[in-house]
Amino acid sequence: MKLTRLRDASRPRISLTLDGTPIEAQQGDTLLTALLAGGAGHLRESEFGDGPRAGFCLMGACQDCWVVVEGMGRVRACATLAGQGMKVRRG
Amino acid sequence: MKVAVVGAGPAGVRAVERLVAAGLSPVWIDEAPDGGGRIYQRPPPGVNRDARTLYGFEARRATALHTALDALKPRSDWRPETLVWHIRPEARQLHTLHRGRQAGVDYDAAILCTGAMDRVIPVPGWTRPGVTTLGAAQIALKTQGCGIGGRVVFLGTGPLLWLVAYQYAKAGAEVAAVLDTTPFATKARATPGLLRGGATFVKGLYYIAWLRRRGIRIAEGIAPLAIEGDAGGVTGVAWRDASGREHRVACDAAGMGWGLKPEAQLADLARVPFRHDPLQANWVPERDAAGRTPVRGIYLAGDGAGIGGAEVAEIAGARAALALLEDAGHRVDPIETVPLDRKLAAQARFRAALERAFPFPSHLARGIADDTILCRCEGLRTGELRAAARAEAATGPAPEMNRAKAFTRVGMGRCQGRVCGVAAAEVLAAELGCDVTAIGRLRGQPPVKPIPIPAAGDAP
Ligand SMILES: Cc1cc2nc3c(=O)[nH]c(=O)nc-3n(C[C@H](O)[C@H](O)[C@H](O)COP(=O)(O)OP(=O)(O)OC[C@H]3O[C@@H](n4cnc5c(N)ncnc54)[C@H](O)[C@@H]3O)c2cc1C
Ligand code: FES
Repeated sequence: MKLTRLRDASRPRISLTLDGTPIEAQQGDTLLTALLAGGAGHLRESEFGDGPRAGFCLMGACQDCWVVVEGMGRVRACATLAGQGMKVRRG
Repeated sequence: MKVAVVGAGPAGVRAVERLVAAGLSPVWIDEAPDGGGRIYQRPPPGVNRDARTLYGFEARRATALHTALDALKPRSDWRPETLVWHIRPEARQLHTLHRGRQAGVDYDAAILCTGAMDRVIPVPGWTRPGVTTLGAAQIALKTQGCGIGGRVVFLGTGPLLWLVAYQYAKAGAEVAAVLDTTPFATKARATPGLLRGGATFVKGLYYIAWLRRRGIRIAEGIAPLAIEGDAGGVTGVAWRDASGREHRVACDAAGMGWGLKPEAQLADLARVPFRHDPLQANWVPERDAAGRTPVRGIYLAGDGAGIGGAEVAEIAGARAALALLEDAGHRVDPIETVPLDRKLAAQARFRAALERAFPFPSHLARGIADDTILCRCEGLRTGELRAAARAEAATGPAPEMNRAKAFTRVGMGRCQGRVCGVAAAEVLAAELGCDVTAIGRLRGQPPVKPIPIPAAGDAP
């Protein structure tokens, strides 16, 4: 899944990492936006082996977007703002 | 008198406004970092877009609501980023979580304005990255300036289908197709009733006409077949038209939804009884026209009390606050309540027409193929629920939702059945040959959303 930036796409840049790989994002991005606009493709693997997942509701209800942030633990990527230097692991 | 209001969408804002006007300072809680709710959700700091591009025709209403919201924050006990994860009506206490910290909030009366979420019907391939709800597609655009893909198909039915497709096209995204499961004739039949909607109806027609004028592919009365994809994500959507012909269109993302359902878990935990509303095809908490529930001290307003839309939410929020004040012995002049009651009654007639124009296609839910994932949290396939329903199942039959949950884990996962509950009930009802009301509904469990384990253990 690749989010496409359509509007207000020239905000100050921030960088974070996903499983060690650098991701370029923008200030005001949620983690979900930062990762999926930054080319991550997906956020986690289904624990039932049915493939990758990348969130569904974007409103904090479905819990399909869990990732792990160093120092914060498990968070919903859609309900957490991306921050400079965040170290993220797939959930 | 201790009053709590949960939710700072249109309903919550107008409820708090009336309470503050009466001299109260309610505790006001929202899980989000700011108020506005779904329709008027604000982008996070740093994302700068003006109200006109964000909210379109709704810009004036949005600005008015935000102005009221900001003015009320210092006049109430405003607690953003705070989840209410449980409510205990016998103790008259809310359990909240704010940045990992627990608190108990005592109340004498509480107004729950918890809103709604998309109602979905599982389609083969719907768990792929690149498939979201319609609401999600809108949130991505509204609060992040992003499309869920570069070339998007919108699938489902209801006003949000057409609105989001319009918003995407307007923002410069490529809309590959709008696929409405409702036939054109069904919508046309509802037109006389829809005329009551005035401006709302006209806006809806405008979105549809605008999309047609742009030559965007539109198909009505369709049955979705699959959201296709490969390791990279979504590659297309396939459907069958009314005459039985199959079609497919290439895309890299799909938004889907079939109307909304109330986020009523807190009302459930507060032991408000529920009834099935056949027109909305939703279970809704019981309340009177003013928002009073059979549970003393609990009031409901907005889409969490039954889907009515943003305008109704504002009126209902104000009305519920007045009901609360009245019950608490404040003098409330009928000059305030009568116009609100009249507007709510008029809006209910429009809403009924809207439901008839975009009915929930329960036949699609009942016909989900056995190998399609039904419960995305538990990776449960539809056939597994069907098998559990039958008398010869090893567990014995599952004649209602909560037994089916115990046997199959349907709705037991991280979202607590918010996503699959409606479709699962239809599947179960079809298998048992009974009406969906006989199946019951998944009962709410605390915490209403997953919270860190230590927080759940140490009760406030
Ligand atoms: C994703 C989405 C997009 C929508 N877009 C539109 C649109 O463009 N146009 C339109 O007319 N309608 C739209 N709707 C319909 C929408 O439900 C109503 O228009 C309107 O927002 C309802 O207002 P409300 O105050 O009842 O609820 P909401 O606006 O949903 O507000 C509810 C608030 O309660 C908070 N809340 C809920 N549960 C808890 C809890 N347990 N603890 C703490 N806080 C909680 C939420 O964070 C939220 O801010 C949309 C709905 C959804 C789900
Ligand atoms: S996408 Fe549903 S909770 Fe984040």
